[in-house]
Parts: sequence; C-alpha cells; structure tokens
Amino acid sequence: MIGRLWPVFVRDLTLLTRGAQGRGGAVLPLLFFLAVAMLFPFAVGPDARLLARTGAGVIWVAALLASILPLDRLIEPDLEAGFFDQWALRGFSEETLLLSRILAHWISFGIPLMIAAPISAGLLSLDGEQLRMVELGLLLGTPGLAAIGVTIAALTAGLRAGSALGGLLAIPLTVPLLIFGAGSLQPGGEGGLALLAACSLVALAVAPFAGGAAIRAGRE
Amino acid sequence: MQDCRLVAKNIACRRGDRILFRGLSLSLDAGQIVHVAGPNGIGKSSLIRILAGLLRPYAGTVERAGGLALSDERLALDGHQTLENALGFWRKIDRSQGPAADYGLANLLDVPVRFLSTGQRKRAALARIGASGAAIWLLDEPLNGLDQHWSCMAQVAINAHCSAGGAVLIASHQPLAIEQVKTVQLLDYAA
Repeated sequence: MIGRLWPVFVRDLTLLTRGAQGRGGAVLPLLFFLAVAMLFPFAVGPDARLLARTGAGVIWVAALLASILPLDRLIEPDLEAGFFDQWALRGFSEETLLLSRILAHWISFGIPLMIAAPISAGLLSLDGEQLRMVELGLLLGTPGLAAIGVTIAALTAGLRAGSALGGLLAIPLTVPLLIFGAGSLQPGGEGGLALLAACSLVALAVAPFAGGAAIRAGRE
Repeated sequence: MQDCRLVAKNIACRRGDRILFRGLSLSLDAGQIVHVAGPNGIGKSSLIRILAGLLRPYAGTVERAGGLALSDERLALDGHQTLENALGFWRKIDRSQGPAADYGLANLLDVPVRFLSTGQRKRAALARIGASGAAIWLLDEPLNGLDQHWSCMAQVAINAHCSAGGAVLIASHQPLAIEQVKTVQLLDYAA
C-alpha cells in the first residue's frame, strides 16, 4: 500500500509546492506571510519596543491567514477532475489519501513559513529568544493548521463560493492554535507550547476521518 | 486473467427525491459485453457509479470480483502534464507493464493534456483504462467525441479485452457495432 501511495504523495507535493492547474504554489502563502510582517511596522510606527511586544502575535496571525490562502486548491481540483473516484476504485481509502495530502500541504506551507520566520522576526525587531519560541511554536502548530485546512477544503469542495466559506470556517477552528501559539510567547508562557502540540495532535487525528467522510458524502 | 464478475441484484437508484430506475438486475461475467442503453437522464451514469461502488444504491446489492476500471466524463489526467507523464502517473500506481496502449497517441505523448481535443482526450481515457490491467471495464459513453475510425478501433479494443477474458459494461445512447453484446434497456426499469 505504501509503495502504491508513493506516486500519489509525490504528485500531491509537486502540485502544492510548484503549483499548476489553477493552483499557485507554495510561494503565494509565503509572500503573504512576509507582506504582513512588512506592513505591520508601517501601520503602527517604527517603535522597536512596541514591535517587539506585539510582533510575535502578528507572526502568528500572518501564519494563520497564510494557511487559509491555498484552501480552495487543496482538494477541489482533484475532486473535479475525478482523481478521488479513480483512487477509490483502486482501493485507496480517502483517509490515507488525505493523510498524504496533509503531509504535502504541511511541507509546502509550514516549512517555508518556518524558513521565512527569521525575516519576519527581523522586520518586527524580535530578539533571538523570541524567534526561537516562534520557530518552535510554528513547528508544533503548523501541522495542526495543515490538518484543519485539508479538512475544511474537503468539506467545502464542490460547493459554490466554497473558498470564501472555507476561510470563514477555518478561522474559528484555528483559534485555539493561535491562542496557544501566541500565548507561548508571553513571559512564562512556555506551557502554551505543550497545549499547542496537543491541539495539533487532535486536529491531525480527526482530520483524515472527517475529510474522508466529507469526500464520500460529496459523491451522493 | 483474474477473477472477474459483477452482479447487481434488484437495484434502484434515487437522485434527489426522484427514483430514476428500480428492480434492475444484471450480471457481467468474463468475456461478456453489456450495453446499457437509454435516453439522456435515464440514469446510465448513475448506474455505472453504483456498479463501481462510488454511489450507494437506493435498494439492492452489487457484488464485485476483480479489478475495476472506470472511464466517465472526468478524465483524471493532470492538464498541465504531458500526456506521457499524466498516463505514467496511473501506470505507476497500477504497476502496469508493457507498452502504453496506442490509440494513435504515440505522437501526442509530449503534448500537455489541456491542449488535447475532445476525441484525443477520450482516447487518452481509453488508453488509461487499457493500461490499468483491471478485468472489468466500466465505460460511460466511450464513443462520444471519437471519429468513425477511432470509434471503430475502440470497439475492436473492447472486443479484444473480452476475448482475453475481461468484461466490459458500456453505457451509451449510441448503437454499438459490436456483435454478441447483451443490451439492457434502462427505460424498461424506469420508475
């Protein structure tokens, strides 16, 4: 099964990182993420202390919004083109396929975000310690964001205005990740990382089943 | 070829709040071709999806033995990929050996799928089916968009698959030129 899944995963990853067929690649969320970090100092002024105090929270908001950007390209195009039906005929379970897609989605947006975080941190004048916490938080939180994103994409695939709806649905579900992620950056907030990891694990555990059920229900 | 049998017993199909057909039983064994005929909207495509296990029948049961290959209006080939890579993706998953099925696509292999014409897409879908190695072919309007020559060649390929011990179910409103085909008139089961 793993052997047969490999080409599927490679295709998921190539489509999500490089983009094609109406899907932008990994660059778009990344630029969006950096743009927020760049615009924020323009809006609130160059006061380094204020930026350092609020900057980490801004990075988290930017990460969350960046994860919403690719939602409409995660599932919909493949459902539309009949890929999921063809995989079902070949005995792939929707759960396995979605797990592969969550992993590919995480690699294509979570990792670039972590690579870009030092640049954002520089723009928002965070110090080294804060950056370390942001990176750790992103490492623990982005898998959860990816899982929630894929679930929402599966739920809204095939709906008209699904992408707008997807964004609205994702925001409340990702709030716990935001609270614990940004909260872990407050003094004495290290415990937030553990809760962040817990939220991510719950999202990862539920996502393939919820998304799989959504895709099967969509066939009716 | 492996086990190959498809039996549907007393199935009914409901779309929305309308029953499309009911009480339909059919069986498909190795070497057989079944032609499901009927006018537009009678439920041919829904029947194919029920037989493929993608849609739950409103009533009745479907038993399957053997691999299934489905061709419907959705190509399941990446538009931005060249035809060779797009077909190659499924060949990798199906672990299919041997040369790619031809259907006159040999000189189109380096063309991105999105530039193919309707008929060429249909031939690509048939090539995907042929390479899948599955015993049972479920073909939804396989001759739509094909010119006379390729329509003929497609039916030759269907015949050849059956002679090799496969089974084919064709849903089409067009008459087929294949002999020894079992025809199911879906209109007889319309609710």
